[in-house]
Amino acid sequence: MPKDDILELKQKAKELRKSIIEIVYKAQSGHPGGSLSEIDMLVALYNHKLKIDPKNPKWEDRDRFVLSKGHASPGLYAVLADKGFFSKSELGKFRQLGGMLQGHPELSIPGIEFAGGSLGQGISFSVGIALALKLDKKNSKVYVMIGDGESQEGVVWEASMAAAFHKLDNLTAILDKNQVQETGKTKDVMDIGDAAAKWKAFGWNVIEINGHDMGEIIKALDKAPIKGKPTMIISNTIKGKGVSFMELNYKFHGKAPNDEEYKKALDDINRIDVKKFK
Amino acid sequence: MESQKIATREGYGKALLELGRKNKNVVVVDADLGDSTKAEYFGKEFPERFFTVGIAEQNMIGVAAGISVTGKIPYASTFAIFSERAFELVRNVVARNKLNVKICGSHAGITTGEDGKSAQAIEDIAIYRALPNMIVLQPADSVEAEKMVFELVNYHGPSYMRVHRTAFPVIHSSDYKFAIGKGEILREGKDAVIFATGTLVHEALKASDILKNKGINVYVVNISTIKPIDSKLIIELAKKTNCVITAEDHNIIGGLGSAVAEVLSENYPCKMKRIGVQDVYGESGKPDELYKKYGLDSESIAEEVTKIIKKK
Repeated sequence: MPKDDILELKQKAKELRKSIIEIVYKAQSGHPGGSLSEIDMLVALYNHKLKIDPKNPKWEDRDRFVLSKGHASPGLYAVLADKGFFSKSELGKFRQLGGMLQGHPELSIPGIEFAGGSLGQGISFSVGIALALKLDKKNSKVYVMIGDGESQEGVVWEASMAAAFHKLDNLTAILDKNQVQETGKTKDVMDIGDAAAKWKAFGWNVIEINGHDMGEIIKALDKAPIKGKPTMIISNTIKGKGVSFMELNYKFHGKAPNDEEYKKALDDINRIDVKKFK
Repeated sequence: MESQKIATREGYGKALLELGRKNKNVVVVDADLGDSTKAEYFGKEFPERFFTVGIAEQNMIGVAAGISVTGKIPYASTFAIFSERAFELVRNVVARNKLNVKICGSHAGITTGEDGKSAQAIEDIAIYRALPNMIVLQPADSVEAEKMVFELVNYHGPSYMRVHRTAFPVIHSSDYKFAIGKGEILREGKDAVIFATGTLVHEALKASDILKNKGINVYVVNISTIKPIDSKLIIELAKKTNCVITAEDHNIIGGLGSAVAEVLSENYPCKMKRIGVQDVYGESGKPDELYKKYGLDSESIAEEVTKIIKKK
């Protein structure tokens, strides 16, 4: 991908970081930390990789993106609105009574492929989609994003075992390894250990990258899938990335910024130099 | 002559196979119990549409849900008890999204027998009944199980179908028509009505014979759809008899007895007795021994009916 295009994606990620802060601030509720860690990958997926049509969200031959870590919905909603799946005005009604954008994604929302909110389930769901697509000999690909804290759920491993067993080479998982979960650092709450070694041992093709480096993200997405096995992209990220006081701070897993924090967060993001950002 | 005895799980397996031949969209997800649930009949003929997940019930439900959004029609079966292990996935992935997943729990109730407490699901109806969007079915014989499997393919939405290990008599002819949400009057009566479900339909029928010899005539009704329950029929027969008995191989909390009580307490309160497992776990033993010990056999039912009629 040409350097200018990568720069454009980085600029887009910067804009959408601001959207995330706006969405959560306006709602005074939601999960900013995991949205800020995933956003670079989501921007790359939706603007570079996924075969989708925002005007026809249920297009039969589309690729699917499943956000298994559903609490990071502000990041996904920001991207979907930007792509035109629904009006940006919906973002202001996030988590509000009668609003379309529920706290966690629902299938009724255009562009949403999985109703998350309970961890570990999206990867299992994605294995099902991938199996069915293979049965029909479809070329569509399935992408699923899980979290590192989420990988403490047993069903993640049930699904990972099944994906390799069924040779699901139409499935690419992304581990948004942002190092922090609700009550602290993942390594302190329940260390998931050597994630790359674990998924390799489960029979996956594993790629490890800096998940905030747009160049590395694009390269990794272009390398997957490979024939005969599912791919896991271990995306090393920082929870809250781009907002100084949210970075690696578990208190902003599921808390909205107050007035002062909101201004500071936007200031921080405005100061991001996209050329150097990674 | 006593009719042939076939377990409802046989009906499930047989119908799945037939359905697989007729409808290429039907797939099965199995968690290493296909030999017991009889889903293996399908698996042997259509291995490419038979997805094994190993001993992993949570993944079985998640995978079935993912398959369903592509337009395929997944039947996911395991033991009733182990389906409960995936309850929260059934709730959050399947029922919450109204996905077209057909869950079948086999080896339900204490009739499972020798395997003992760990295998005898007595709370599955209660938990699945509590889920919005979910329908809950339990056939009385293998013919009804077959008809259910076929009827479910025409129904779009989440369902839980409960089948059994033990063989019971076949009471329906092959032209029987099963309809979701409809109770079936098997015996006419006047003194009381027994609403029974699953294997207890047979015990209720035998109980009605015992009672008849004592000059007591009871309705016996097969309630094979526990949700949505046939409120109209329940109210109608309660009004006719003023004496209602429910019979099920399930805990008395949350099952058929509760469903009938919910209908009647709001519409036509009357004398009622819930026959079922009395909020205890079962144990190892032969199915008929267990039914006797836990008060689910025909004689216990006849005795309870006699007692409650006196209180009318």
